[in-house]
Amino acid sequence: MTDVMDPGFDTHSTEAPGRPFRFRVFRYKQGDRAPHFEEFSLHVAEDTTVLDALTAIRNRLDPTLVLRHSCFHASCGTCGLRVNDREAMACVTKVVDLKSPVIKVEPIANQALVADLVTDMVDFYARFNAIGRAFVQAVAGPPDAATPEGVGHYSRFENCIECGLCLSACPIVASDPRYLGPAALAAAWRAVEEPRGLDPNAILQLTDDEQGSWRCHAAFECSEACPANVDPAGAIMLLRQRQVGEQLRSMLGGRRR
Amino acid sequence: MSERLVEQSPAGREGVDSAAVQRRTDGASPRRRGVASWGDPRGRRLGGWAFVLHRVTGLGILIYLFLHLAVLSLLARGPSAWDDFVSIALSPFFLFFDVVLIFGLLAHGLNGIRVTLVGFGLVVDRQKAMFVALMVLGAIILIVAALRIFEVG
Repeated sequence: MTDVMDPGFDTHSTEAPGRPFRFRVFRYKQGDRAPHFEEFSLHVAEDTTVLDALTAIRNRLDPTLVLRHSCFHASCGTCGLRVNDREAMACVTKVVDLKSPVIKVEPIANQALVADLVTDMVDFYARFNAIGRAFVQAVAGPPDAATPEGVGHYSRFENCIECGLCLSACPIVASDPRYLGPAALAAAWRAVEEPRGLDPNAILQLTDDEQGSWRCHAAFECSEACPANVDPAGAIMLLRQRQVGEQLRSMLGGRRR
Repeated sequence: MSERLVEQSPAGREGVDSAAVQRRTDGASPRRRGVASWGDPRGRRLGGWAFVLHRVTGLGILIYLFLHLAVLSLLARGPSAWDDFVSIALSPFFLFFDVVLIFGLLAHGLNGIRVTLVGFGLVVDRQKAMFVALMVLGAIILIVAALRIFEVG
């Protein structure tokens, strides 16, 4: 059988026992004075993902490792982590693709920590509600469905998988807890584009705020980190464009649309 | 999250989530990376570098403004004080800082054009190419400026 200290971890790949990697895993339990890193060594196959490796660590080396995952194909947004200092969905990040013998795994930044790799997502979810858009949405139509009146095309902002990677990557969220942040602002723009019963003007005015669309300083790290191509930075800039337009309109005596 | 946004939002008004959020996250403070993370080069991508460059050069130009005002105040102390400063200012060591200043002005000014355009929702999807193009332009101007500065020196 497998040596517990050096498990021959194999996935469906035929290349077992695979290559050795050192996983530096962030550890923290409620009541700990400070988090620390714990190192696990693991052999992985060509197709092993970071999530595969972490579940292997949990199953074979340390059952106290707390991690969170669900779908294994980057659609649930649950296993978003910081892997070697970049935000990534652990389930679709292959270990060998990281091209490093040491894999550092941390929970996403700028969120409250629950334990080890798990953060409290309540604050993140509340950001969506803060713009007046219900966090839980009705199922969207199929891609070939006709667009509603006034909507030119379906954009991809609906693709947000609520993983929180954008908040982890954003330098402003890192420094200012009051900033609404990329995910909710992208959702705001989405609601402006396709209101579905919401009042787009109210959302435009609400996010036309020092801590709304104007707090972004165009680092574009959110759009780089986003695993679902939502492009929150692009959405924020489009929000601003519309907000500036509305401001000019009202300055020139016109009514807000 | 902005208190104003929470207060004004429907969810905040009804107290559906904000109170719960408060309760849940008070115990464990977020692992906020802080302003110090702006200087952390790890994992940073091009837009992030542009962001850092903009802040560093902005602060540098602000500091320069006050230095500049201090130097100009020498004029109030008569021609000899000014001439003494000018002779120091023409030393190669000092001229090097002129080149640094021009670097800061070019980087901040040219990236400022990009940030302004992007901020109005224009050419957002070309922001990386725009940064590279503007910085190449800046580098050319900087080299020409440096050559001319040291010619004079």
